[in-house]
Parts: sequence; C-alpha cells; structure tokens
Amino acid sequence: MMNPKTQNKVAIGTLYGVAGLVVLILLALLGYILVSGLPQLSWHFLTAPAKAFLKGGGVGVQLYNSFYLLILAMLISFPIALGAAIYLYEYAKDNWVTTTIRTAIEILSSLPSVVVGLFGFLFFVVKLRLGFSILSGAFALTFFNLPLLTRSIEDSLRTIDTTQREGGLALGLSRWETVTRVILPAAVPSILTGVILSAGRVFGEAAALIYTAGQSAPALDFTDWNPFNISSPLNPMRPAETLAVHIWKINSEGIMPDAKAISSGSSAVLVLAILLFNFAARYLGKRLYKRLTSA
Amino acid sequence: MFLSNDVQGNTEMLERHIVQPADADHPTILSTEDLHVYYGKKEAISEGDLRFASNQITALIGPSGSGKSTFLRSLNRMNDRIATVTGRIMYRGVDINQPSIDVYEMRRRVGMVFQRPNPFAKSIYDNIAFALRLRGTTDKHELDEIVETSLKQAALWNQVKDDLNKSALALSGGQAQRLCIARAIAVKPDILLLDEPASALDPVSTSQLEDTLLELKQNYSIIIVTHNMQQAGRISEYTAFFNQGRVLEYDTTSHIFTNPQVQITSDYVSGNFG
Ligand SMILES: Nc1ncnc2c1ncn2[C@@H]1O[C@H](COP(=O)(O)OP(=O)(O)OP(=O)(O)O)[C@@H](O)[C@H]1O
Ligand SMILES: [Mg+2]
Repeated sequence: MMNPKTQNKVAIGTLYGVAGLVVLILLALLGYILVSGLPQLSWHFLTAPAKAFLKGGGVGVQLYNSFYLLILAMLISFPIALGAAIYLYEYAKDNWVTTTIRTAIEILSSLPSVVVGLFGFLFFVVKLRLGFSILSGAFALTFFNLPLLTRSIEDSLRTIDTTQREGGLALGLSRWETVTRVILPAAVPSILTGVILSAGRVFGEAAALIYTAGQSAPALDFTDWNPFNISSPLNPMRPAETLAVHIWKINSEGIMPDAKAISSGSSAVLVLAILLFNFAARYLGKRLYKRLTSA
Repeated sequence: MFLSNDVQGNTEMLERHIVQPADADHPTILSTEDLHVYYGKKEAISEGDLRFASNQITALIGPSGSGKSTFLRSLNRMNDRIATVTGRIMYRGVDINQPSIDVYEMRRRVGMVFQRPNPFAKSIYDNIAFALRLRGTTDKHELDEIVETSLKQAALWNQVKDDLNKSALALSGGQAQRLCIARAIAVKPDILLLDEPASALDPVSTSQLEDTLLELKQNYSIIIVTHNMQQAGRISEYTAFFNQGRVLEYDTTSHIFTNPQVQITSDYVSGNFG
C-alpha cells in the first residue's frame, strides 16, 4: 500500500502527464499546419480568385464568402438564441415543456453537422427552392449554431446572481426591465465571449455547407454592391464556397498543380482566423468585464 | 434545564403574547391580517398578524427557519411566483395583497434591502439613477440631487463623492450595502424592509449601518430582520419573536428583552435556546 503522500504524487504526476500529452499533440498539429501553410501566404493568395486548372490561384472569394456567411448566420441565429435563452432562463417555469425544449436543444447540439447539411439541402435548397446559395448556407449554419449558442447564452445568464434579479424587482422594475436593464448588461461580457467562440466554430464548418452553400465560388466583382446582380458580393442567392469547404474540395478532387500548397495555405488561414476569434473573445470579454467592475 | 423549567412552572408563562403598538404619534402604517404563507403544501407562516408603527424601527427575531424572511418578503410581494400568500396586507388602508394592485408601483413605496449586498454591475451613480430614469426622471440636475441626498442619507456620500462614475462592484461590503440602502431610498419609499442587512459586515460597518438606520427612521418606517440581539436592542422600538412560522411574542423591544412573557422567547433572547 502506498501512503497518501506518495499516492497524491503519483496521481498528480499522471494528470500532468496526460495534460502534457494533450497539449503536445495540439501543439504538434498546430505547428504542422502553420509550418506547412504560412509560407504559402501572401497578399495575392488572400485576395486572388481561385483557379481550377492552373497554378497560382488564391482564396480571396472563399475568404470573403466565409465572413459573409458567418455574419449572416450570426445575424439570424443571435436574436433567436438570445430570445430563447431569456425565455428559458428568466421566464419559463421548470415543467415538462421546458424540459422538452431543453432536451431538444441538447439533441440538436449533438447532431453531426453533415446531418444538418443534408437536412438543409432537402429543406432549403430543394423544398424551398433556394438553390445552392448563401441563404441556404446561412440557414443551415443557423440550425447548426442555434442550440449551442442558446445554451451558452443561458449559461451566461445563469452566472448572474439571483440577488441581482431581486434587487431589480425590489426597486419596482418589471421582470422585463430587470432582465434588459440589469441582467443583460451584466451578462454582456460572457455572452460576447460565447458568441465569438461560436463564430469560430461556424467559420470552420464545412459539412453543413457542402450541400447548402455549394462548392463553387463564382468570381465576384467587388465594385458592384447591388445585391441583385449575380456577381455582387452581397447577392445572397449565389452559390458560395467557403474556405473550409474549399479545403475539403481541393483535397478530394483538386486538379490544379499546386493543390497541396493551396490546401496548406487555406488551412493556415482558417486556423489563424479561429485562433484570432478565440483570443478576441478572451480579450474583449475580460476588457468589458473590467470596465464594468472597475474603471 | 428541563428540571428547572418544571420547577419554575411553565404555567406561569404564556403560550403567546402579542401587544400591538399603540402610540398616537406613530400610527400604524402597515399591518397583516390573517396572513398565511405556503411553499407548495408546506405552511411557512401560520400566525403572523402584526401592526407596524410609522417612523419606528421594528425588529423581527427568531431562530433560523422560523419564517422571518418569508414574512418580510411577503410584505412587498417578493414572494410572488415563489410562495402562496393568503390574507390581507394593509398599507395605508389598502390591501396590497390582491391581484389588482400594481405591484411595481407598490414596491417603490415598500423598498427592500437584502442580506447580501447586491449592487448592480453599473457605476455608483447609475445604481441609484437608473431606476429613476426608467420612471421618467431624466433631468440631469434633479438626478444629481437625488443621488447626492440618497448617498448622504445612507452615510456614503463622503466616501464616494469623487468616484460616482466608478463601478459599484469595486465597493467594500459595507459600502456596497449602504449603496443598496441609498438605491432603495432614492425612489422615495415609505417603508424600508431589511433582511439581515448587517450579517455580511464587520463590526465597524455594522455600527455605521445602525447609525444610518437610526437616522433614516425620521423619514421612513423600518422593519428589519436580525439575528443579532444586541442590534435589535440598540436600534428597534418594537420586536416580534418568530418561532416555527408563528409570531409568539410581539411587544416593545425593552419588554421583549427585559421581561419576556413566553418561555421560548425568554430562552431565545437569553441565548439558552434549544
Ligand atoms: N423558496 C423556498 N421554497 C420552499 N421552502 C422555503 C423557501 N424559502 C424558505 N423556505 C422554508 O420556509 C421556512 C422559513 O424560512 P425562512 O427563510 O423564512 O426562515 P428565516 O427565519 O428567515 O431563517 P434564517 O434566519 O435562517 O434566515 C423554512 O422551513 C424554509 O425551509
Ligand atoms: Mg432569513
């Protein structure tokens, strides 16, 4: 039998070992992607359109599409998620209705994204005749994003102490006033962190988009901002391959001579963007919290 | 203990002893009639009919779980949605425990301060001003003035007058609690309910808080729950003793502490409880 002290040491040692291994694997992966991808990056690569058969294509259109889709998906899913979270946490009583909703959210959030994509294809692309388009993609991403975002906002509301709600009510504020004037402002830093982190997930999503936003990226005319023109960047009805889908596609059927390099470069851009989202989330969350608590 | 009780003879002690305040200078401002409070099926208050004198401090004392908070929170309907409250709560001749009452307006007349200080994640100024703005006081001058008087009444002005735009979350526990009092009185209530407001504070802050309450008594009627017998003795005119959901004794504070009529009260105030 080991004495408790040795036991403790062994346990801590094992935990450190496991944690270290995880960190090592992550760093190796990240390192590999960046080392093989960073050399490909250039202004030309980030802005030029892709080429199907020739060397020297870029990912400009894909990069733009990724951001456009992300913004649209967030614009649609954030208000819904916010409303749902407020209803679930601030208003709904704990009964079978809310239990059902919560279970549904739980199940939806663990749905493989390729299933969300196929559902999006059948429903938005085919049934609603939206075709392979930004709009179909944005709706699919909304379905993909909604459950997790709702849960993350609900968790943010949960971190605000009940005494804050009672404080509002005791001043003669209504429940709605208490939620909007006391609880939400206090929860903003943590809600924002959740939103940015989920933006990272959405940005890197491919499976949900392959059959909804499509796999082609028609050239865009960045001087044409009329959303009804087919080459306008704002047109929500055009097919729009994103960066993540582009990576998937090059690796499965890319025939340009520099496919490998482009795939590496795109992966590096994707990883950098997601890292940026994560750091931004932390930084902004912390700063906002500081501004609320000191200043 | 058991023996000596028997020898003294419990028969001399009353089972309940209620003397409602009767002081012409301090007419009743709030009273409960036939009040019962239930959490689900469980009855948490079964006998709690009290009258509260205006511009006086009334202390609610009693062992943990006896129903003091339940009773206090019923008075400004903070138990709506949590408990079922039956009976009447008369405030200036109006039963405020009926569905037709505008609860939000009522709570501005019957303010509340909680056990744990709960300043909002806003500036000190906005903690006080924002509820007023929501109700239509938008004049900057007027707001400044209310903020200043409220903070002065709560004895916090001198410590924070240069930091009004700093976050209230950076205040110490005692300061935060006094800010909560300032916030409560800024909406000009009649009655102030306080649930163990000093239990999270150190002795110095506690004594400052007591001074504040004694000062506020001139303008407000105060009902305070406390576990601190000395505190009840120092600041209150009347004391109600709660036990197992019933008010067993209600009288002037000096009577409760020097000459209790109920055995359990006597045991409780002398610290021999249980
Ligand atoms: N939200 C609630 N739901 C169900 N029962 C409750 C609730 N709040 C209080 N009770 C019960 O009601 C009774 C009275 O509780 P209350 O909090 O009023 O006592 P208290 O005198 O304020 O005690 P303390 O001195 O510990 O604060 C207790 O038995 C308690 O368990
Ligand atoms: Mg209590």
